[in-house]
Amino acid sequence: MSSAEMSTAEVTVLPRPSFAPPRTQRGAFWRLYRSEMRLLLRRRRNIALLAVLAIVPLLIGVAVKISTPRNGEGPAFLGQITGNGLFLVFTALTVALPLFLPLVIGVVAGDSIAGEAGNGTLRYLLTVPVTRTRLLAVKTLGVASFTALAVLTVALVGLVVGGVLFGLHAFTLLSGDTVSAASGLVRAVFVAAYVVIALFALAAGGLFISTLTENAIAAMATTIGLAVFSALLDAVPQLDRIHGALLTDHWLGFGELLRSNVDAAALIRWSLLHLGYAAVFLSLAWARLSTKDITS
Amino acid sequence: MTAGTAGALTRDSGRSGHPAGPAVRTAGLTRRFGDQIAVDDVDLVVPRGAVYGFLGPNGSGKTTTIRMLLGLLAADSGEIDLLGEPMPASLGSVLPRVGALIEGPAFHLYLSGWDNLRRLDASDRTADPATSRERIGTALARVGLTAAASKRYRQYSLGMKQRLGLAAALLQPRELLVLDEPTNGLDPQGTREVRNLVRELAFDGTTVLVSSHLLAEIEQVATHVGIMAAGRLLRQGPLTEVLADGAAVVRISTPDVTLASGALARSGLTGVVADREAAVVTARLGEHLPEDVLREVVTDGARVRGFAVERPHLEELFVALTGEGFDVLR
Ligand SMILES: Nc1ncnc2c1ncn2[C@@H]1O[C@H](COP(=O)(O)OP(=O)(O)OP(=O)(O)O)[C@@H](O)[C@H]1O
Ligand SMILES: [Mg+2]
Repeated sequence: MSSAEMSTAEVTVLPRPSFAPPRTQRGAFWRLYRSEMRLLLRRRRNIALLAVLAIVPLLIGVAVKISTPRNGEGPAFLGQITGNGLFLVFTALTVALPLFLPLVIGVVAGDSIAGEAGNGTLRYLLTVPVTRTRLLAVKTLGVASFTALAVLTVALVGLVVGGVLFGLHAFTLLSGDTVSAASGLVRAVFVAAYVVIALFALAAGGLFISTLTENAIAAMATTIGLAVFSALLDAVPQLDRIHGALLTDHWLGFGELLRSNVDAAALIRWSLLHLGYAAVFLSLAWARLSTKDITS
Repeated sequence: MTAGTAGALTRDSGRSGHPAGPAVRTAGLTRRFGDQIAVDDVDLVVPRGAVYGFLGPNGSGKTTTIRMLLGLLAADSGEIDLLGEPMPASLGSVLPRVGALIEGPAFHLYLSGWDNLRRLDASDRTADPATSRERIGTALARVGLTAAASKRYRQYSLGMKQRLGLAAALLQPRELLVLDEPTNGLDPQGTREVRNLVRELAFDGTTVLVSSHLLAEIEQVATHVGIMAAGRLLRQGPLTEVLADGAAVVRISTPDVTLASGALARSGLTGVVADREAAVVTARLGEHLPEDVLREVVTDGARVRGFAVERPHLEELFVALTGEGFDVLR
């Protein structure tokens, strides 16, 4: 710039920029929820877990097909599979409930917040900002959705494999009465819903544990441990007075849905117990997360 | 001033769509970890439109302060106003106007740079999904990451990660940017780009609070500085004022060392040092005008080869304030 230009240069005062005050967009929560689900489903580990769950009914179905089991052997409903493929759904759920399903839920729920804390993304989510209550809400919904997806994977693969290998016929209830195949299918839907609610109690426990640490692996292991520990207490006869209140005690209670006169009151009572567990765990998680110092 | 140094442009700081007052203000901010005080009674003032260099040795409490500003850590005592609103009470309405890079970037390893930004954009309830693609693309271009947008974060180099962190802070127009060591791991071009980026943003009206150990960088971009040591804010203010604390020195190159030093002493300058070997005389300028000093020297018959008034650089001031010691204090 020449000195002539310098001397004639005038000071131009630009208006102070105005920043539009930020407004909440419509559907913002669901956008975050979809992002959360993408995050869960883009992760190979989580897909592998679902694949393991899919293998359970597949293996059982094939095993039954190539060697018909004698009645009374193996897990519940195994003997009925050859008569009606729909029973594969119930057998597979019975097999997956004690270990495989808690494992999958433990991994996903345990990772939910501890994982974000451990790799540092939690501090960026919170400064976006995602308020802590909103974060817990979306994480809860994400973990609940994955729980439903896990149960659905077992049930749907069971239904398809059972249908293909053994056919879906009129459905003989445990009490001996027979109902239509469609009616049997409706009962299967209720069974799946019951199992989702039961497992959601564990998922909520995993969320709470996940707020306690930045170590995702520890949170996963502890969540799985929670289910194992409850099952362990459930197996000690001396403790039968507390069995009814244990987290895992009524998980297999879905058999009730396969009788002719369903004890709806009991099913509701057990479901409320599971939802009660979930409510307590989620309150604890909220209390912890909303006051937590984020140092990672 | 940033682009204002051209002499032609400046910002009106009087009118404002927002409540007046500094962009960041803390009063008595204190935080302990166990029995150690990490941040001790800090009164930070970052004026609107400033580029505030937040300096201090390792462990002096910069990141802890920043975490408190952003509502990640609770303060033990003290108050925080961010953009005129109390924190953390108004976190939900303040933080959408603030972009932040805190103690290095952090993203999901198995997602691409683009998908990571999309994740952050989706979690911002004030972000318009219709402009998401465009804003992500612009942010990536601004930090020079367009070519690596679809690479997994796991495969990013240190500097690429740092750039992605900056891009995340730039997804929306921000009133305040808080950048904790933004040039960590960047190559010289990257460092320069960040310097230019900060200038550009400041010119667009964004207030920038930037912590860094690169004092020469800060000296080039900052309008204000604050210097922390052992949890306390030792000094803060406009860069020129803070630097003026250190005494300016006149430095005269002359073969006539005796004549020159005599003239300086007679003019009332203190700390006169004559170096006959190097043919240089120095003295503290004090309140004197350099032109008057030079006239005295020349009038006394000294032949002057060179004349300079040297102000201390930020680095010397920093060392003077925080000590020579290399070991972290706590
Ligand atoms: N989570 C924590 N638990 C205990 N002490 C902590 C924690 N975080 C920080 N500190 C301590 O607080 C002090 C200030 O740390 P801080 O990270 O704020 O320093 P800094 O100025 O950002 O340093 P650097 O320049 O190295 O980034 C240090 O002594 C540190 O050990
Ligand atoms: Mg730091």
